[in-house]
Order: sequence, then C-alpha cells, then structure tokens
Amino acid sequence: MDTFYYLIQNMLPVAIPLLLVALGGMFSERSGVINIALEGIMLFGAFFGALFVYAIQGTGINGQWVLIMGMFVAGLAGFIYSLLLSFAAVTMKADQTITGTSLNMMIPAAILLFAKMFFSSDGITTNMKFYIRKIPFLGDIPILGQLFFQKTYLTVMIGLFFLVIAVIIFYKTRFGLRLRACGEHPHAADSVGINVYFMRYAGVGLSGILGGIGGFFYSVGVTDGNVNGHTGVAGFGFLALAVMIFGQWKPIRILFAALFFAFLRTLAYSVALIPFLNDLGINQTYYKMMPYIATMVVLAFTSKKSRAPKAEGIPYDKSQR
Amino acid sequence: MQDKNRSSRKSMLNLENLTHSKGFSAFTAALLAVALGLIFGFIVMLVASPGNALQGFNYVLLGGFSRFGNVLYFATPILMTGLAVGFAFKMGLFNIGASGQYTMGMFFALYVGFMWDLPPGIHWIVAIFAGMLGGMLWGFIPGIFKALLNVNEVITSIMFNYIGMYLVDMWIQSNAVIYVSSKSRTNYLPSTVQIPSLGIDGSNVNFGILFAVIIGIILFIVLQKTTFGYELKATGFNKHASAYAGMKGKRNIILTMVIAGGLAGLGGAFAILAPSAIAGSSMTYEPISIIAANGFNGIAVALLGSSNPIGIIFSSIFISHIQRGGSLANLVGFKPEIIDVVIAVIIYFSAFAMIMKAGLAKFIKTRLKKQDHSKGLNEDVTKGES
Repeated sequence: MDTFYYLIQNMLPVAIPLLLVALGGMFSERSGVINIALEGIMLFGAFFGALFVYAIQGTGINGQWVLIMGMFVAGLAGFIYSLLLSFAAVTMKADQTITGTSLNMMIPAAILLFAKMFFSSDGITTNMKFYIRKIPFLGDIPILGQLFFQKTYLTVMIGLFFLVIAVIIFYKTRFGLRLRACGEHPHAADSVGINVYFMRYAGVGLSGILGGIGGFFYSVGVTDGNVNGHTGVAGFGFLALAVMIFGQWKPIRILFAALFFAFLRTLAYSVALIPFLNDLGINQTYYKMMPYIATMVVLAFTSKKSRAPKAEGIPYDKSQR
Repeated sequence: MQDKNRSSRKSMLNLENLTHSKGFSAFTAALLAVALGLIFGFIVMLVASPGNALQGFNYVLLGGFSRFGNVLYFATPILMTGLAVGFAFKMGLFNIGASGQYTMGMFFALYVGFMWDLPPGIHWIVAIFAGMLGGMLWGFIPGIFKALLNVNEVITSIMFNYIGMYLVDMWIQSNAVIYVSSKSRTNYLPSTVQIPSLGIDGSNVNFGILFAVIIGIILFIVLQKTTFGYELKATGFNKHASAYAGMKGKRNIILTMVIAGGLAGLGGAFAILAPSAIAGSSMTYEPISIIAANGFNGIAVALLGSSNPIGIIFSSIFISHIQRGGSLANLVGFKPEIIDVVIAVIIYFSAFAMIMKAGLAKFIKTRLKKQDHSKGLNEDVTKGES
C-alpha cells in the first residue's frame, strides 16, 4: 500500500504540467493553430519563473506565496513568447510547424547563453522550498488525505482548479464556442461576424499562458525549482502534444491522458522501489521509453476516428473560399 | 544609338527574367532571413558586452574563413540531415525526426566499426552503408505510420527521436567494447573504419564532405529528371490531384521517408566515422539522454536552402561557417550558444521571408514608380518651359 501511495504522490506533480500544457495546446489547436512550440513556451515560462524565484528567495516570503507569484510571472512570460508564434502563424500566415520548431530551438540556446554569462552555470539554481509535507486538516482524512494532501506541491491543487476553469471557458461561454468554430470552419465563423484573427491570437495566447505556467510547475514539481538549458523540460512539451491527441482535444479526456502518461513516467523512475518490477530485471530504459511507445500505439489505433480540428494548421486567409 | 538602347533594354529584360525566377526569389528571401538573424545576434552581443561586440561579430562573420577545412568538416553531417529534411519537404512531409535517424545511423556505423572484423579497404565503406541502413529503418517507421495509418509524421518522428535516443544510449552503455564507462563516452574507432582524410593541414576534413556533395547532386537530378522526383513534387504540391492522376501516394510516402532516413543515417555515419584532431583517434559519442542537435540544425539548413539539394549544399556550409565563427567569438568572451540563437532566428524569419520580401518589394516598387512619375512630370514641365 505504501508503494501505491508513493506512486500517486509522485505522479500528481508530474501529471499537472502535462495537463496544463496539453490544455494550452487544446486551446491553440481548437482555434486552428498547431502549437508545436509548447516545449519552448514551457521552458521560457519556467526560466522566468525560476528567475523570479531566484530574485525573491532572500526576502523571507513564504514559499507558497512565492510559488503563486512565480506562476503569474511564468504565465505572463509564456503569453509574451506565444505572441511570436501567433504573429508568424496568424498575421504573417507562415508555416506553423516550422515557426514552432524555431521557437523550440531558440530558448534552450538563449538560456544557456544567459546562464553562462551571468551565473557561469548551465541554468538557474534556486533553493526555495515548495514541498508540502502535509496540509493541515485535509491531510488527516484517511486514504484520500494520504493520496492527495500529503507530500505534495501546491501546484496540484492549482492545476486542478485551472482544469475546472478551462472546461467552463471551453464549453460554457460564448468565447469558447467561437474559438471552437474558428478551428473547425473559419470561413463560416467569419461570415457570422467572428474575428478569426483575434480568436486565433486568443487561442495561442491562452496556450502561452498555460504553457508558461505548466513549465514553471514542471520546474517546481519535477526538478526542484531549478531550470537547466541542456535538459530543458525533457520533452514534456512534446509529450503534452501526445497527451492532447490522446485526449482527442477534449479537456476531461486530456486529464485522464495526462494521469496515464504521468503514471508511466513515475513507474519508469521508481522501478527499483517496486519489488515485482525489479525482479523482472528489465533495463530501466525500456520503462523510460514507455510513454513514447504508448503514444505511438494509441495513435495507431485512434487515427482512423481522430477528432482533430478540421482547419488546424491552415493559415486563415479571408480572400480564399 | 538606337541599337545600343535596344541592347541595354534587352539585358534589362534578362535581368528581370532572372530576378523573377523562383530560385532567385528563394535566394533573396533566404538572404533577408539571414540578415535579420545576424542583426539580431549583433544586438544580443551589443547588449551582452558592448565593448567587444564589434570584434565578436567580426569573428562570427569572417572567422570561419581562417578554418575552412573545419567548416567543411562540420558541414558534412548537417548537409546530410539538411538533405533528409529538405527531400521529405519536397513531398510535403516535415521530417522533424532527422535527429533520431541520425542517431540510429551513427549507432549502426559504430556497431559495424567495433564488432565486425573486415579487411581495412572495405571496413569503413561497410560501416557507412550500415549507417544508411539504420537511418532508413528509423525513417521507415514514420513512413508506415503516415501512409497506412494516417498518423501525422511530425508527432511520430518526435516520438521516435526519443525512442531512438534512449535505445542507442542503452545499447552503447551496455556494450563494453564500444563504451568507456570511466570517460562516459564511446571508445576511439579502429583506424580501418575511419573515413580517409583529405589531408589538408590543420583540419580534419575527410572524404565525407565529397560524398555528401555528390549525394546532394544526385538528389537534385532525381528530383528534376526522374519520374519518381516528379511524382514526389506533384504530391507535395497537391495530394489529391496527384492521386487523381494515378500516382501511388502511399508507396511514395514510405519511399520518401526511407530515403530521407537513409540520408540522415549517412550523416550520422559521416560524423562518427570521421578522424578527429588527436592522431589515430576518431569522433566519440556521449550517451547523455540528449536529442542530437545536428538533426534540428538540418531543419535550419533545409529551410535556408529552400529544400533544393544544391541550395542545401551551400546553406549547410554557411551554417557551419557561422558556427565555427561563433566558437571563435569565444576568444572575446562570447558564448558559442549565440550562434544557436541566431540560427533559430533565421528559421523563424525564413518561415515567412517570402511574404516579407514580397511586401518589401512592393513597397520599393511603389516608391520607384512614384519617383519615376514625379521625374516624368518634371521633364514635362522643363520641356514645356523650353
């Protein structure tokens, strides 16, 4: 039972960045823009979040408040970076995949450049403690308390809160409906007076905010508040894309997909602690490959009835009918 | 007098034909993107340390010329990955998986180099072909997924970049002949598998670059002169029309990805089988769970060369040139990562350089026309006065 608790407690801080970034990707793609730059946006947000934490960590402010403030900084940073994508993809009608790739390439190099110049290291190291041993009252609930409110990070609760907001925006507001229309049939949306360019900027912007926050939460929950230019966010942005496709561009399914991927990853890194798996004697690398192989298997089976937004990847041009 | 006028007009027309050709337009668009990228890099240098910026930028621009052999040496792998990306791009496939194919090719070449015992004359040739095979395998899988299951090749190749990287790192680390665990890198290859050096003093440039250039030229011919090349480009322009014309899209997708993978795999083989600066040694690989950067640089090379094999040959040499220059800029305190930033900016702009250039050309043309118009008016006025 302890192993089970351990797995869940370790899985949630990993699942939350995946969830948030995949939700961001969902907003972007449902508005019609393929966002392959999620990896870069995550790293950009994580970098500025960590820079903020680094600047503020000497002042003695409570770690949880620092986390919330850092989250806003990271979200803003991600938003600004995503503007580069929306400018190229929406205004300039450039190829969205290529632009995204260039944005992904830019950030690790920029971080290495910056960190080598000012910290003479490969990244930013902070020593803020975000870890929560046990939340008062809630942590005392039997089983549930141990699963969700002990040995965790504040990011888990914030992430689930964001999920609720995302579902409401996506399905219950006029904005959400219009956004989805722009991803399916932009010309129809335009004909009833929706500003497609604005909606696409909004979709990419939301993905920037969520991507930035997701990146910061990754650095909090997985790498202990540090950001490194070499390892970056270890392909989490790409995994989030897979989570989004696995979740068929729908928020609740994305939650389950994120949990599934996070579980596989946690399992890969804790094989030694699980007697059953350890006895099998399989190389740990195979477990590390599991999330990627699972993606391929899932894609192979679901591609025939894929619910991808119809107009994604096609720049909107008013004059083309 | 009139004749002279006519001939000058004729040459003007020729010039116009030239400037309106597709290759020229792609070339100027690439130049624009390069200029913007370099300007951005210069600004970053100015912000970082204003005193050394000019000298550092000078190194970036011209430093490569002093080490041209090394420029060619480092251009070889990115020329191959660039061809891998560009060739697939001609068919409308975005082969972001060049990194994985490159890593696979490198491992296959390494394996043959260490584990097979072959006579000296053919050992390195077999190793090169093994590298090609490894890359082909890693291009084949996304091709199958795309052709038969209609899974987007971008996602597949990203996933297979990671799978390939983990696999290769594991295989290398578990092989005591290939891996030197105390130095956490691969062993030096026996000299029989190293590609013969071209023998230029002070550099490691070897036959790899010649092979790469020849392959580029062959690809150019394949694309321009063969039915397969024509079908490939036709599918890239319009998938439905080419299917209607009876071209076998699925077979072509798989074939294209296999060829692209083979090209990237060759890049890996050329990179790892190359002799290095230390006498008798070769290049080594460190299994540290990082996706090979040469694959992504291949995307930059392909875009800059507008996916044309001949263009890619030159753009790979250019990218390698500023990379060498960037490492020289280290002498005045700039980190070589600045070049990676510049390359990323170049790709960003080259994604919409065509549109930007069209806008610029229109702007200049309208300005010129206005000037002509006002000039004409002035002439009329002066004529009237006289």
